[in-house]
Amino acid sequence: MQEPNSAFLWPDAPEADKYSVCVHCGFCLEVCPTYQQLGDENHSPRGRVYLIKQAAEGVLPLDESVVDPVFTCLDCRACETVCPSGVQVGALIEEARGQVFHAAPARGWKGLIQRFFLRAVFPKPRRLKLLAGLLRFYQRSGLQRWVRKLRLLAVLPKHLREMEAILPKVPDRRAIDALPPEIPATGSTDKGVAGLFTGCVMDVFFADVNQATARVAARNGWRVRVPKDQLCCGALQVHAGDRDMARQMARRNIDVFLASGADRIIINAAGCGAALKEYPALFRDDPVYREKAEQFSARVRDISELLVESGFEPPQGEVPRTIAYHDACHLCHAQQVRTQPRTLLGAIPGLCLVEMADSDRCCGSAGIYNLTHPEMAGALLERKMDDLPDGIDGVAMGNPGCMMQLMVGAHRRQADVEILHTVELLDLAYQREEVGTR
Amino acid sequence: MTSSRANDAHLIEFLTDLFGPSRVLCRPHQLAAYECDGYVAQTGLPRAVVFPETTDEVAQVVRYLHEHEVPFLPRGAGTGLSGGAMPRNGEVVISLVRMNKLLRVDFDNLRAVVQPGHVNLQLTRKISAQGYYYAPDPSSQSVCTIGGNLAENAGGSHCLKYGVTTNHIVAAKVVLPTGDVVDIGAEFGDALGYDLLGLVVGSEGTLGIATEITVKILKKPEAVRTALAMFDTVADAADTVTDIIGAGIIPAAIEMMDQLAMQAVDKSNYHVGYPKDIEAVLLIEVDGMAAGLEDVAAEIVHICHKHNVRTVKVAASDEERALWWSSRKMAFGATGRISPDYIVQDGVIPRTKLSQVMARIQQLSEESGLRIANVFHAGDGNLHPLICYDSRVPGQTELATRVGSEILKACVDAGGSITGEHGVGVEKIEEMRYMFDDTDLAAQAAVRQVFNPADLCNAGKLIPKPARCAEVKHMQRLIEQHAEVFRDLEDQTLTLRS
Repeated sequence: MQEPNSAFLWPDAPEADKYSVCVHCGFCLEVCPTYQQLGDENHSPRGRVYLIKQAAEGVLPLDESVVDPVFTCLDCRACETVCPSGVQVGALIEEARGQVFHAAPARGWKGLIQRFFLRAVFPKPRRLKLLAGLLRFYQRSGLQRWVRKLRLLAVLPKHLREMEAILPKVPDRRAIDALPPEIPATGSTDKGVAGLFTGCVMDVFFADVNQATARVAARNGWRVRVPKDQLCCGALQVHAGDRDMARQMARRNIDVFLASGADRIIINAAGCGAALKEYPALFRDDPVYREKAEQFSARVRDISELLVESGFEPPQGEVPRTIAYHDACHLCHAQQVRTQPRTLLGAIPGLCLVEMADSDRCCGSAGIYNLTHPEMAGALLERKMDDLPDGIDGVAMGNPGCMMQLMVGAHRRQADVEILHTVELLDLAYQREEVGTR
Repeated sequence: MTSSRANDAHLIEFLTDLFGPSRVLCRPHQLAAYECDGYVAQTGLPRAVVFPETTDEVAQVVRYLHEHEVPFLPRGAGTGLSGGAMPRNGEVVISLVRMNKLLRVDFDNLRAVVQPGHVNLQLTRKISAQGYYYAPDPSSQSVCTIGGNLAENAGGSHCLKYGVTTNHIVAAKVVLPTGDVVDIGAEFGDALGYDLLGLVVGSEGTLGIATEITVKILKKPEAVRTALAMFDTVADAADTVTDIIGAGIIPAAIEMMDQLAMQAVDKSNYHVGYPKDIEAVLLIEVDGMAAGLEDVAAEIVHICHKHNVRTVKVAASDEERALWWSSRKMAFGATGRISPDYIVQDGVIPRTKLSQVMARIQQLSEESGLRIANVFHAGDGNLHPLICYDSRVPGQTELATRVGSEILKACVDAGGSITGEHGVGVEKIEEMRYMFDDTDLAAQAAVRQVFNPADLCNAGKLIPKPARCAEVKHMQRLIEQHAEVFRDLEDQTLTLRS
């Protein structure tokens, strides 16, 4: 129940049980990227939780004193990994953003763009497809060349120009369209049905990663089904505070995947994976969908998690490269998946895996954070690039947002490092072994 | 104070000119996050927060605040547990977190110089590749700053063998509460004259603000052995501690937790899996030359067995050892898993009185109906009872505070002290009277007067005003209870004047 004078007036507010768990010990400070950068308690996890509590209790209004810290949070959850008391900072931040979304919807061009993408594009499969098509047209028709030649991009802020410069070449078809509805298992064992969640950003820019994921799962004994009427997971909506839209999308995904007969729901994007696993939180007050969401979430596995849990065949093909691994926040902090991707990479013959300093510090991508908070995101990217070990050929990771962010970083420094998804390397090793046996 | 409030506009202008707007927080709503440190039972809003980056900036702001009679206090990571860095008088908080550089390291002479905002564990991380470390290791070492450690004379698990912060700081540059900058201590050898460094370390920010700190670093021990021993009774565990030390072994650390503390931490990310039916667990560590260390570890296991240990094992890997240590070091924070609020106390007793004082704590728990979890630096007799309460239940905060006070008195009665490493702060200021008489307190107050003549630097912490009569106390209480009214009065006066 809310305090009588609470600044949180809308349903789904941060719960007292969640913020009162914080005992203010401060262990979270030094792992918080924004606190490391600014040294300001307002931009630390315990500070944010304290402000949320103050707002909930009516001591503070829902003005910029609460809104800025809540939106400057990267939602990277590094604080949750260290918190001895188990404060769900991510959930509190998301719920507080929900209140802000109701109280003061983002205005100006930022708000317009946000609403356009979060409400009008990502939740609509056909529009998403159209967007992918437009981007493809932009890249292939020569328009991109002309735009660059005429320096039309000069009107954009630097971080958007950089983003445009690294935009991966949009593949011909998204995996959701290209893949058959069911891919038979190619391994000797039948482990069951794995429903492939294709996602939005991953499938627009990195459809190859989805293809590789399907191949690798099938190769290891899973019948892979690709439900065609699935939607984007809704993580970006939750992060922006648009919980109603997120719920609409989640309902569809839950129904579609439960009906598909999938024993496991597999995903290769850390942010989406965390969102799927946290669907029950979206439906905490919904008796019907809470239970369904729990059934759904219990089946969700990151692809690396699935392979290590259910067993995978060590690949025989060689990939002689030196690779560093970056821990995507929503994989290591939100899902506690750390060792599995390293196990996969370690099993690839010829691949030399080198650890990098602070591999689990946020790269600054954080959904659309690098668009809404370019300065902080840029500073964090610089630190990430500084931490890349010398002499590596590439960096592997498990999230499309991080991949694009690190591509910007590599572009900025003219660094010759490949930015890869973990599963791409594994897939490559399998493919090379087929060539070898032929 | 009214006069200084009237000058707030000038103050903010000065601060903004000196630091630039991005390094000053002054709007009321930006200040809430600075209401308290790790001790949350009392809170107070600061007037402003500033983030200096050099000694000179600290000196300039302090000089100005001194001249204009504005109270101020230094703050590090704010992990202190006795309220030493929380504002009571509308202070300007001088946050030192951006002064976080490692200025130099002299490996040959075992010295490092850091700025006060340097995080304790970071120093060890930065010099460990060369085989060195910084010994004092408070539980919050992954986040607390060396400046804060200096202010509180922080201890840590390994201070049984290696000593507390004061044994590791050899010199400091200090901005006095008047704004003068002095160098105290000596990088090598003993400083001449009065031991000012000894005074400043542990002065809880009341004698000045350290801006450069020279510490000793140590060569990492060649080998470490860590044992985890579970006991059916606290008495057996306590006797084991006494016996180990009696056998001439000087462990690097001996830590104890009781069943409730084990339960809390086992619910956290740092799960060890302690049995539900043991009363105490000991974490015993020895370090030093590799030769012979195995024998010492075996001797410790032997002593545990003599005292009916249920199980005892030596860590088989670095991961296991790290988990055991995390489990111990995160125990305070993990108490949030079993209770909405807690007060952690910090009493010291002679080691041999452990069973007796534990019985008293148990009795206080039963009388008050409040659960008390116990975590100790058993080797030094430094107790940390965690009094669990729920601030939403009327009267429980006061009850918990009273129980805490009774525990401290029991420690003093047993021949110990009211604080081992957390400082007095505001939390234990009244218990200072239980430990010291008026003459003792007056002597301490006189020292403070020399350094901090206007009492603007962290006033109201550490030393109670000597011998206040009952009426004054009553008035103080009234003012505290009705602080809002008095603040409003002030505002109205201001409005009338303008």
